[in-house]
Amino acid sequence: MSTRSGSTRTLAVVSAGLSTPSSTRLLADRLTAAAVAALADRGITATVEVVELRERARDLADNLLTGFADEPLQAAVDTVVGADAVIAVTPIFSASYSGLFKTFFDVLDTDALVGTPVLMGATAGTARHSLALEHALRPLFAYLRATVVPTAVFAASEDWGGADQGGRGLADRVTRAAGELADLVAGRPPAAPVDPFADPTTSFEDLLRGTGGRPST
Amino acid sequence: MQFGIFTVSDLTQDPTTGRTPTEAERIKAVLAIAQKAEEVGLDVFALGEHHNPPFFSSSPTTTLAHIAARTSTLQLSTATTLITTNDPVKIAEDYAMLQHLADGRVDLMMGRGNTGPVYPWFGQDIRNGIELAVENYALLRRLWTEDVVDWQGKYRTPLQGFTSTPRPLDGVPPFVWHGSIRSPQIAEQAAYYGDGFFHNHIFWPPEHTQRMVEFYRRRYEHYGHGSADQAIVGLGGQVFMRRNSQDALAEFRPYFDNAPVYGHGPSLEDFSSQTPLTVGSPQQVIERTLGFRDYVGDYQRQLFLIDHAGLPLKTVLEQLDLLGEEVVPVLRREFAALKPTHVPDAPTHASRVAAAGGAKDATVHAGADDVTGQAREEIEVR
Repeated sequence: MSTRSGSTRTLAVVSAGLSTPSSTRLLADRLTAAAVAALADRGITATVEVVELRERARDLADNLLTGFADEPLQAAVDTVVGADAVIAVTPIFSASYSGLFKTFFDVLDTDALVGTPVLMGATAGTARHSLALEHALRPLFAYLRATVVPTAVFAASEDWGGADQGGRGLADRVTRAAGELADLVAGRPPAAPVDPFADPTTSFEDLLRGTGGRPST
Repeated sequence: MQFGIFTVSDLTQDPTTGRTPTEAERIKAVLAIAQKAEEVGLDVFALGEHHNPPFFSSSPTTTLAHIAARTSTLQLSTATTLITTNDPVKIAEDYAMLQHLADGRVDLMMGRGNTGPVYPWFGQDIRNGIELAVENYALLRRLWTEDVVDWQGKYRTPLQGFTSTPRPLDGVPPFVWHGSIRSPQIAEQAAYYGDGFFHNHIFWPPEHTQRMVEFYRRRYEHYGHGSADQAIVGLGGQVFMRRNSQDALAEFRPYFDNAPVYGHGPSLEDFSSQTPLTVGSPQQVIERTLGFRDYVGDYQRQLFLIDHAGLPLKTVLEQLDLLGEEVVPVLRREFAALKPTHVPDAPTHASRVAAAGGAKDATVHAGADDVTGQAREEIEVR
C-alpha cells in the first residue's frame, strides 16, 4: 500500500439516475463509501462531491444549444474536472448509457479527464444489460483518455437482494473496484488545475517558426 | 472611443411572418444599415465573412468598397476576416485596395472561422487553425510592410520576388484586430504584434471575455508595447431596445426564441443574465454597456449586433435611431469622462500615419514598359 499518509484527495461522483431515490444513486453511494474506505486504508482522506445529473438536465440541454455551461452546470463540470478520481454511474437505457449521462461527458472539453482514474458503475432491471459497461462506457472513457479501473460494477434489480455468491456478489465487486480505484489514486500526485491563461510555456517566436516549442529537426 | 455595429450577414426567417429574405433583399438591407449607421453618428461598420448559406458575405471587400463610396466618415471593418482559409496574399491585395478606395477608413479583424467544412473547401484542415492563423498573418504583415517578399512556409506555395499591390495607402497598412472567444494563443498573437484584441462578447458569459482580455493586456505589456491598460481592446454586444422595456421584451422574444445560435434553449431572461445580451430600454442598454468597463477596463471599440435572427430592416433602422439618438451620445460622454488620459483611442489611418512620421507614397514602380510589361533590361538586351 502507498505510504502517502495524511494526504487528501477529491472524489467526484457523477450519478445519472432519474428517479428519487434511484438505484443508480444507491450504487453510486455504495461505490463511494467503499472507495472512501479503501483510500482511508491507504492513508488518504477523501472529500466527496456528488453531481446529480437530474438536477442539471435543463442546463445540459441549454449547453448543447448555446455552447456554454450556465453557473450551476459549470460548478458541476469544475467539480468533476478538478477531482482526483471520478465515480460515474448511469442507468442502462436501450443497451447503453442514458442520454443524460452521455450529455454530461459531451459538454466536457475532450482533454478534461485525461489520466483521471475512473470507476464505472451501471444499473438496470436485468443482468442482461451488464456488458453495456464494457461496450459503451469503457470506450467512452477510453476516448476521453481517462484511466478506468478493470472492475466495472453492474447492479441489476436482483443484485439488491442477492446473497453472498462466494466472493462474486455485488458487495464483493464494489469492494474490489473501490480497491482498484484507491490504488490508482494513491499512486498519483494530487490533481493540479491547469490555467489556460497562465503565461505561455511556448514562446510566440516558436509558434511563428512552426516548432511549437519542440526542438526543430 | 469608437461605437458601431457588426453583422454576420445571415438570411434568417422572420419568425413572426414566416418569411425569409432573399439574398438580394438582405444584401440591400445591409447596405442600408451601414449607411444609416453613419447618418445616426456611429463610427464603425464591421461585416462578417462566410462561405456557406445562410450567409451572403463571401466577398466582404466588394461590399465594403460599395459602402465606402456611399459614406464619408464611417470606419469599415470586418467581423471577421478568415485568416485561416483565405490566401494571405489575397487578403493583402484586397484590403490594401479597399484602403485606397476608402481613403484609409479601413481596418480588419482576423478570425479563424469555426465552420468545419469551410477549411477543406479551401484546401485546409481545421485542426491546423491556430498554426494557419499564425503563419498566414506573419506573411500578411510582411506583404504590407516589405515591398519585395521572398517567403516559404508550410501552408501556401512559396513566394520569390513578390510585390503585393497596391502598396498600403500612405505607406501605412490597415490596423488589425484579432478576434477569439477562448483561444489564448490568439490573444497572445495580438499582444505579440501590439495589434488590437476583440472579444465578440455575445452568446457567452462575460467571464470568458474578462479572462481573455486580462491575458491579452498582460501579454501586451510583456511584449513592450505599453502598459496593460494601454492595450487596444474591442468588445461586441447584443441589444434590442424600445422606449418601454416591456415592449422590447415582447417584440424581441420570438426572434430570441427562434434564433439560430441559442433559440429553443434558455429563456430570454436567463440568457440575458448569463450573457451581455440586453433587451430593454435605451437607459438599460446604457447602464449595461457602461458596466462592461468594470471587467475589461477602459476600452477602445464597442460594436453592437442588432440585425440578426430575422429582424426586419425597418426594425433594425429603428434600433439604429435609438442607438444614435439616445444611447451612443451618452456612452461617448460617460466613457470619455472615465478614461484616463494615458489610455489611447483606437488607432485610425490618420493616427497611424502620424505615428509613422507622416504619409509617404509607397508605390513600387517596376521600371517596366507600361505597354508590354517588360523591364528595360529585357528590351535593351535584344
